[in-house]
Amino acid sequence: MANPLYTIPGSSLPPATPSAAAGVASNAGPSVTAAATAPGTAAGAGATALIAGATAASAAISTADAAAPPAPRTVAGVLAQSQVESVMDELDRDLIGLAPVKTRIRDISALLVIDRLRAQLGLAAQAPSLHMCFTGNPGTGKTTVAMRMAQILHRLGYVRKGHVVSVTRDDLVGQYIGHTAPKTKEILKKAMGGVLFIDEAYYLYRPENERDYGQEAIEILLQVMENNRDDLVVILAGYKDRMDTFFQSNPGMSSRIAHHLEFPDYGTDELLQIADRMLDSTHYRFGTDARDAFDAYLQRRITQPHFANARSVRNALDRARLRQASRLYVDRERELSADDLSTIEPADILASRVFRQA
Amino acid sequence: MMTNPTGRITQGQFSFLPDLTDAEITMQVEYGLKKGFAWSIEYTDDPHPRNTYWEMYGMPMFDLTDPAGVLMELNACRKTFPSHYIRLMAFDSTRGIESIAMSMIVNRPANEPGFRLQRQEVEGRTMRYTIQGYGLDRPEGERY
Repeated sequence: MANPLYTIPGSSLPPATPSAAAGVASNAGPSVTAAATAPGTAAGAGATALIAGATAASAAISTADAAAPPAPRTVAGVLAQSQVESVMDELDRDLIGLAPVKTRIRDISALLVIDRLRAQLGLAAQAPSLHMCFTGNPGTGKTTVAMRMAQILHRLGYVRKGHVVSVTRDDLVGQYIGHTAPKTKEILKKAMGGVLFIDEAYYLYRPENERDYGQEAIEILLQVMENNRDDLVVILAGYKDRMDTFFQSNPGMSSRIAHHLEFPDYGTDELLQIADRMLDSTHYRFGTDARDAFDAYLQRRITQPHFANARSVRNALDRARLRQASRLYVDRERELSADDLSTIEPADILASRVFRQA
Repeated sequence: MMTNPTGRITQGQFSFLPDLTDAEITMQVEYGLKKGFAWSIEYTDDPHPRNTYWEMYGMPMFDLTDPAGVLMELNACRKTFPSHYIRLMAFDSTRGIESIAMSMIVNRPANEPGFRLQRQEVEGRTMRYTIQGYGLDRPEGERY
């Protein structure tokens, strides 16, 4: 029945419309019709069914071409094809507060979308300079956001690999002549394709000591930041006043940093949300009135010196956990349920020193 | 010469192909990094096949994630030694292998004169053969 001389390469595709194939093959006889309607059985198709299969196959190929997604010309089109929206949603969900940071990231992702549209129309779409400087008080999330930034930029497609290399001055500056350049270059090579996060960047520059090799590290950094802009994103972080001094004495560095982001102090409600998140991730929760007690604690603590925002909240929660543990420790015979073990009671918080200084 | 019409030395990977472009080198480096190899750069102007250990250009680059760093060093080496042979080597450190897995020449002098066959007659008219590069007539640094 099947004639190998008439085997057509495209006939392995099942006919686009089995009824059409059956209709063409119907004049050949009942046995061939049955073979033609069986999907995907090109081996069983007879000669007339093969012809039907060929026409159906060519029809199938042309419909496949027409079904390929056209290049998007709207923002919605680009968003549908990329991960930008999910990145933004995750950012809004996971980071509390930090409005200037979120605004800037939204701008960067919007530019990404517009650049895609420009590229499709043949307009130049050069990646923007992405080096950043994060300034703010301790505990405002600079390091956390830097880690997230690498992930975000990778998902937006601006950096190739998305890993973070986190260094301080000691990793960049050598101890003797000739030590700094290979040390800094090695760190830079490791960071390429991702983000180089330099914490406390102002320590690189020590003008009072002329034998300090920090300036050499700065110069190598400047060169690579400019020439390998597409390969590396540098994020500096530190306290605002000291970073300002650092930039004043290194105008080259300041001009290469396109994004200066200030991390504002958190408000009490934002700190409460952070506390909720922290407890959630460690399988604890606030008992009745415990959250209000913590609110009262925060109101008092903020006014006191050396308040470090989210870090102070973490320390306070750790101390609350210690007091909870001591409280539960007393009653040795009591069987503790999961609820008992994971609830922070108001007493655990109100025992803090800040309440005594009322 | 009839067995090697272009006269280019054929040592290492891809040596029978035309010169790799930077994009192709990047792809090879990326492949090596994915497999966990450590890349290093070596240069020499003595291309004799028995010259195993070329001069190292910097330390081997461990713990890299992206080829850009390797290309940066390679271009610096090309600028420093434009008419030397430069090769990229990938070291595989998995236990049991611990040896060079990939090795390709990425820079050559413009003119490669090749090798001559050196014959030496010893006792009883026995011949001993070796090959000698034409470039090596001149001192190091002035060969190409």
